[in-house]
Amino acid sequence: MKRIVAGVLSAALLTFSVQTQAAEGKALPDYTWEFDGIFGKFDRAAMQRGYQVYREVCAGCHAMRLVAFRNLADLGYDADQIKAFAAEATVIDGPNDEGEMFERAGRPADRFPSPFPNDKAAAAANGGATPPDLSLMAKARPHGPSYVRALLSEGYEDPPAGFEILEGQNYNSYFPGNRIAMAAPLDDDAVEYQDGTPASRDQMSADVTHFLMWAAEPKLEQRKQMGIKVVLFLIVLSGILYAVKRKVWADLH
Amino acid sequence: MTDSANPSHGGDGETRRDFLYLLAGAGGALGAAAAVWPLIDSMNPAADVLALASSEVDLEPIELGQRITVTWRGNPVFIERRPPARIEEARAVPLDDLPDPETDEARVQRAEWLVMVGVCTHLGCIPKGQKQGDPLGLFGGWFCPCHGSHYDTSGRIRKGPAPKNLVVPPYNFVDDTNILIG
Amino acid sequence: MSDFQTTNPIIKWIEYRLPVFSFLDHAVGSKYPTPKNLSYWWNFGSLAGLALVILMVTGIVLAMQYTAHVDYAFDSVERIMRDVNYGWLIRYLHMNGGSFFFIVVYIHIFRGMYYGSYKAPRELLWMLGVAILLAMMATAFMGYVLPWGQMSFWGAKVITSLFSAFPLIGEDIVIWLWGGFSVDNPTLNRFFSLHYLLPFVLVGIVVVHIWALHQFGSNNPLGIDTKGPQDSIPFHPYYTVKDLYGMAVFLVFFAAAVFFFPNAMGEADNYIEANPLVTPAHIVPEWYFLPFYAILRSITFDIWFLSAKLIGVILMFGSILVLLILPWLDRSPVRSSKFRPIHKQLFWVFVADCVVLGWVGANPAEPPYLYIGQAGTAYYFAHFFVILPLLSVLERTRPLPSSIGEPVLKGGGPAMGAASKPMEKA
Repeated sequence: MKRIVAGVLSAALLTFSVQTQAAEGKALPDYTWEFDGIFGKFDRAAMQRGYQVYREVCAGCHAMRLVAFRNLADLGYDADQIKAFAAEATVIDGPNDEGEMFERAGRPADRFPSPFPNDKAAAAANGGATPPDLSLMAKARPHGPSYVRALLSEGYEDPPAGFEILEGQNYNSYFPGNRIAMAAPLDDDAVEYQDGTPASRDQMSADVTHFLMWAAEPKLEQRKQMGIKVVLFLIVLSGILYAVKRKVWADLH
Repeated sequence: MTDSANPSHGGDGETRRDFLYLLAGAGGALGAAAAVWPLIDSMNPAADVLALASSEVDLEPIELGQRITVTWRGNPVFIERRPPARIEEARAVPLDDLPDPETDEARVQRAEWLVMVGVCTHLGCIPKGQKQGDPLGLFGGWFCPCHGSHYDTSGRIRKGPAPKNLVVPPYNFVDDTNILIG
Repeated sequence: MSDFQTTNPIIKWIEYRLPVFSFLDHAVGSKYPTPKNLSYWWNFGSLAGLALVILMVTGIVLAMQYTAHVDYAFDSVERIMRDVNYGWLIRYLHMNGGSFFFIVVYIHIFRGMYYGSYKAPRELLWMLGVAILLAMMATAFMGYVLPWGQMSFWGAKVITSLFSAFPLIGEDIVIWLWGGFSVDNPTLNRFFSLHYLLPFVLVGIVVVHIWALHQFGSNNPLGIDTKGPQDSIPFHPYYTVKDLYGMAVFLVFFAAAVFFFPNAMGEADNYIEANPLVTPAHIVPEWYFLPFYAILRSITFDIWFLSAKLIGVILMFGSILVLLILPWLDRSPVRSSKFRPIHKQLFWVFVADCVVLGWVGANPAEPPYLYIGQAGTAYYFAHFFVILPLLSVLERTRPLPSSIGEPVLKGGGPAMGAASKPMEKA
């Protein structure tokens, strides 16, 4: 009896985890990431390349309003480089003493400026579909990093026969529903990497995903490093308390 | 933590037991202290607050003798373009007359421009003297109406309960007509 | 007057004026006799207390940084995650703390059901526990709305819309709950206020729950009353140290989740800011509500003049409220399932039914899940209204040992894994 119940339980739990994946279009490829696992870390070079892809390709349409230039220090840039990145951006500030809003060069404390003044403007400029903010994209989809990378690098395929694609739509096998408004954004050599890495579509997809994962979870490294210490400490403390408990209970009889 | 409740066994067992209790108590205390720190530190200024610590000010429109107020880190900063007479007045004061001795030269980068945080060093009120017709106090500088502190033309405390001169914030001249505070 | 013995003059001075030390001694100290055979399943009450403390402490600190306004709520949470010192840690502790609170409380409840802890004379203790569960659920539901993500918004909308099922006044109730014509800023503000208030109410009920517990003391794996001093041991140091050990082990699991899998029990959609114009493809509540959500959705047909929606709502709330009358549905004189061979089996079937309902709740409301959910719902209520009353009469229970101190030679056997452990001390 108990074995049957255990069987039912484990079967239910198994289907549980499988089900959450199934709803999201084609099954995702099994990518490996440096930031996975309890010792996971970000790859600085990949993030810098990914930032370049974001800056030169994605930023034309997609905002990242939660990320500030000062945060780029996490990517391994020094203060002067960050200032230079910020200064390239135009930021609307104000009102000034005359009550007017004015434009100025960005500063490290500024967040990434958005390409459109608001969601409605973004939708109007993009055929009615608002390009989503990418600040949290890597956490905002199930299996976020793999989904983003697969969508960018392998998702744009010819639609199967009979699959209707309307004007302003593109076929993507990983996108839920398969009809995506964004045209394939990354062709080979869409950017010229500063570190000389060949900019294949897959390379750029992986790099920009790495960057987006950092943007979504900037404290990931701190979290995992602290976690190892905390868990080890608690295991030792549990051991000590178990010994104390044995000692105390040994008096009984 | 539990030693009082146990009948003692004596000998080595007791030592080992006491050591265990000590270890558990120390471990628990250490863990609790480590857990409390993040909660306390979360109330310190956050990264975005610290990052907004600089303000740029255009000095161009300020006329001789005019005082303006700008905001820096949520506090008012007084900027005065001092006429020569007021500079001399400040520099003529003997240091012995000052509760918080400081030369005027040490308080300005360029004699004409006095830049300081407009918060009374007593209990944080904003001293009067920025607007036309405000009381300037006995020494022609600023006067804090809350508890009657008088500041001179260099922003130094001269009379009243305030213990310190008005604070000069870190700033530098980006060029001749622009300063960056913070 | 005070039976508390100490030589410390300061403690004496305080004790004379405010007998707090003797109070503690009677509450969790050496003057509180506790059955000597409690298993590790009895640790989960103190673990629930620990989880509640963690949630309240982290919650108070989070409230210092959170902004309860539809325009700022999402960004203020992200500011906590990015800019506030250790904000990510405090937020993940709070977020996962909620899940772990439910894990330990559900185990605590199932333990009570297995060992008959709800039976006389502990009925009120049990009912107070159900009140705690209800307060927890309300608090958790409103807390989930605060980050103002897509699941926050749509969860709030779907669950508050349940009240529209009430005849005549339903629509008015919903508008009153919302403070408007949709879930909006007034809703968010009142949920924040109540989310902060309810845990303190919860603490009040917990105090009364523990008060009721002390009237007759803990039940135990054998389910028989303590017959005398030989059956019990002082709570301190035996159970204080055992509870502390349990807490350390709990924290290992909790820390592993917080530091390595902080989003495993959450929904990706909640990292998208709430959009009142776009409904996510699948609205699912937090995992701890899934079985009840399945019951709600299992009713797809009207019965007589009752709409399907209303029956679903009644059954969902009924599935929790039925616990209140559990002591009177199960009339068996034997508490522990150790001596109730059939109840023991059917208890596990009931646990499995709850898991199946949870799995159905996570899936779309369509065949085959729908039918499984309907069967699961029927079984859920049958367990309470048919099986337990029948078992009370029909089951042949095993002979009870005469006392806790007497070793059980036959019939007992290992019941719930660790449940066999405590006998080693007996």
